[in-house]
Amino acid sequence: MADITNQSLNDIIENLKKKKVSSTDLTKAYIKNIESAKKLNAFVTTTFDQALDKAKQFDKKPNFDQLLPGIPLAVKDLFCTENIKTTAGSNILNNFIPSYESTVTKNLWDNGSFLLGKLNCDEFAMGSSNETSHYGNVINPVGDQLVPGGSSGGSSSALAADLTPATIGTDTGGSIRQPASFTGTVGLKPTYGLCSRWGIVAFASSLDQAGPMTKTIKDCAIMLESMSGFDEKDSTSINKKKEQYSKNLKDNIKGLKIGIPKEYRVDNMPKEIDELWEKGKKILKDLGAQLIDISLPHTKYALPTYYIVAPAEASSNLARYDGVRYGYRSKQGKDLIEMYEKTRSEGFGDEVKRRILIGTYVLSSGYYDAYYLKAQKVRQLIKKDFDDSFTKIDAILTPSTPSSAFKIGEKTNDPVSMYLNDIFTVPVNLAGLPALSLPAGVDKKGFPLGLQLIGKALDEQKILNIGYAFEKNCGFKNEIKKWWS
Amino acid sequence: MSKEKFDYFIKGEKGKYEVVIGLEVHAQVLSKSKLFSGSSTKFGADPNNQVSLIDSAFPGMLPVINEECVKQAIRTGLGLNAKINNYSVFDRKNYFYADLPQGYQISQYKNPIVGEGKVLLDMPYGSKEIGIERLHLEQDAGKSIHDMDPSNTYVDLNRSGIALMEIVSKPDLRSPDEVNAYIKKLRSIMRYLGTCDGNMQEGSLRADVNVSVRKEGDTNFGTRCEIKNVNSIKFMQMAIEYEAARQVELIENGEKIDQETRLFDTKKNETRSMRSKEDAHDYRYFPDPDLLPLKLEQKLINDLKKSLPELPDKKKERFVKEYGLNAYEANVLVSEKEISDYYEEVAKLSDKKLAATWMMGDLFAMLNDRGLDISKSPISAKHFAELVQAIKSGEISGRIAKEVFEIMVESGDNPKKIIESKGMKQQSDPKELEKMINEILSKNKDKVDQYKAGKEKLFGFFVGQVMKLSGGKANPQLTNEILKKLLKG
Repeated sequence: MADITNQSLNDIIENLKKKKVSSTDLTKAYIKNIESAKKLNAFVTTTFDQALDKAKQFDKKPNFDQLLPGIPLAVKDLFCTENIKTTAGSNILNNFIPSYESTVTKNLWDNGSFLLGKLNCDEFAMGSSNETSHYGNVINPVGDQLVPGGSSGGSSSALAADLTPATIGTDTGGSIRQPASFTGTVGLKPTYGLCSRWGIVAFASSLDQAGPMTKTIKDCAIMLESMSGFDEKDSTSINKKKEQYSKNLKDNIKGLKIGIPKEYRVDNMPKEIDELWEKGKKILKDLGAQLIDISLPHTKYALPTYYIVAPAEASSNLARYDGVRYGYRSKQGKDLIEMYEKTRSEGFGDEVKRRILIGTYVLSSGYYDAYYLKAQKVRQLIKKDFDDSFTKIDAILTPSTPSSAFKIGEKTNDPVSMYLNDIFTVPVNLAGLPALSLPAGVDKKGFPLGLQLIGKALDEQKILNIGYAFEKNCGFKNEIKKWWS
Repeated sequence: MSKEKFDYFIKGEKGKYEVVIGLEVHAQVLSKSKLFSGSSTKFGADPNNQVSLIDSAFPGMLPVINEECVKQAIRTGLGLNAKINNYSVFDRKNYFYADLPQGYQISQYKNPIVGEGKVLLDMPYGSKEIGIERLHLEQDAGKSIHDMDPSNTYVDLNRSGIALMEIVSKPDLRSPDEVNAYIKKLRSIMRYLGTCDGNMQEGSLRADVNVSVRKEGDTNFGTRCEIKNVNSIKFMQMAIEYEAARQVELIENGEKIDQETRLFDTKKNETRSMRSKEDAHDYRYFPDPDLLPLKLEQKLINDLKKSLPELPDKKKERFVKEYGLNAYEANVLVSEKEISDYYEEVAKLSDKKLAATWMMGDLFAMLNDRGLDISKSPISAKHFAELVQAIKSGEISGRIAKEVFEIMVESGDNPKKIIESKGMKQQSDPKELEKMINEILSKNKDKVDQYKAGKEKLFGFFVGQVMKLSGGKANPQLTNEILKKLLKG
């Protein structure tokens, strides 16, 4: 049979059901791929032996009443995994082995899947290119020397390179959608509160949200259904009935109203992005959707607002990494204060330090009102923009990113240009809404580009449906040559 | 009753100074588990045995509010006659310390759960109202232990995350005595409510004391100093006295008082500077994004209000009205819930006034001597009531009652049994008494003559003889009556 690892998750599940492949052979195929893809540096930790044991157990007693029967999955190293090292891409957690399993990964395992390994990411999910990881750059399979996006760069790279049939990431300001866009894959940031944050190493609590990264929309629906759900251990988790996203997937979008926000046409946007957006509009229109021009007037304040709120929360969330109870502790330091200073200086990388400093500054007495408090007010206005628009429309279509994947090192010395990568993705996090990035085309270099569909809170099904119809009619095919093996 | 006048001033050379005190009391919430985790709150466990992943701030751990702690805070707020806020917010107070695992304490800053209230104090110079500024919920920190090892500090996180209520008073207190009365009243209210055990030895009740002084008659407040974390009333009083005197001396010498945080050194009995206002921490408060604002339904508040027990002020009023006690007696007997319960049980079965007198006298003295709470009293309320009734009915005299009381303490027997088995019953049969008295009078004819000649002081001698002959059991009242009658004849 043809290489099973380049199939969609849904096809793999079908093949497993039809006994065309066993979970063990499937797992072995991925292990082989992973071992020949070390150049990509997508993995921080692999758990092959454990995965093979689980696969054998599954094959002995297969249960196909589950959403992810016998599926090996690699996950971002921001999810705490029981007895498996969890680093968050940081030196300060280089020896940290949790005694607990995050709710989201537990949900995945409870649906029949098992862990294949932990995927590289930007340190504490702070970055847009996976270049801030203590464990080195990740390479985009689209091309040598290209970043895979970030912070879920290990996830996007592994998925596009067929090192895992699907994966999960976390998205605080675009960390799922931007890498999905850079690798020609599907990424969904769910509504804030749909997936539990319990057991995920926190970056910015009011923005962090876990979500699926997959090759197809159908896969995305399967993964979302598996990982989401109310969790009483997370006070911000939404208590609602579980939805059957994959079963309810429909490709009829006739009559749906799609908002096109004029503020997303930014200065100096490459022509290719504009053309991609036009292509997307045409596809949806041809499918019977109605395009409506809308305005989200506070969009331009989203990025500065985000870069106040996220670092503020991060500066507090990362205070626990102090060398006292777990993780890295500097051997030097003659008293408590010095131990803190050395531990955190040696344990954190530059980008994390930069954000801790920004966050500490904006919360400081005398600056709080001017920065943090004002940012919270602007955040409400941004949310209100969306709320107002969604009285008239069903979803919003925008580009996912202002460019395709860039070269490693291209933006590392210019944090602001790096931050600008998130310009289309951060408003959604500030508003707590669901948004999907789906592959829509390539630029003239042949690098993938994505479009973003934003939905109302808890309207994941609708944007998945639109994405499903779009996917069928877009004709995008991710042509990745396995140059690394 | 003439009332005393308030008179607590620090006398300087240039005048009298009034002391202004405000307290921030930290009261540990009585609850089985911590404010945001399921760990036990029991006192005295081995170090780090009551610590969850949340209390020790492992990556990805999230706080979930303990509803019982919220209810306890509401009950306490209601007990302090305070406004309960339907909307309150948990904030993070950020600072680094080895026994603060999260690197921040979850507390309430701008929007506390309880707003303004008041507490009534009974002072010798009348009743005084102390304003409550607010009450908020917060997490306790762990404990750093510096004296177990010469070069290392050990950390015990058992306390980390336990719920505290910080009760902030207005600067309405004016003397160490008022502080004493205030803390005792707060403690009494919380113990009635069952919201805090008030155990100061175990650290369940501690306070930061704000002290300033001003010339008598001034209306502006002076610069205040905050004395941190004082854990006994005695130390609070000593710290206030020291601090007030220190501030007066500075003023009289023309020096400035710096607003600062100070520590009370219990060995040297002095306060000393911990950090100045300039060095004060910048806590970078902001709303905790892991927790939603706390929204309370009015129904919950109303239901809790309905289920509140009778509190000391109300109970005191009732004791005066229902049992005919004076204000002083009522005050003492309602000071602790267990005492008032004991009294009410005794009063149900015996003379109410006499019960109060005997409880506040012999019973309290005995408990005090033995260092016992009334709940551990060797004499049950039922037995104590029987004793009171035996006195009231004249079955035994007061003097004998004291003996019976002692035996009750030692044996735990009921008074009837003791009185009967030891033949301690009072001699109240007039015929028997008359016989006895006649015997004495006939033996002391000379004294009888002297008495009749006007030496009335001898009456006491005859009473003494009767008591001696009866072994102390003669009914004193009857003895008096019969003696008078026979001496006349």
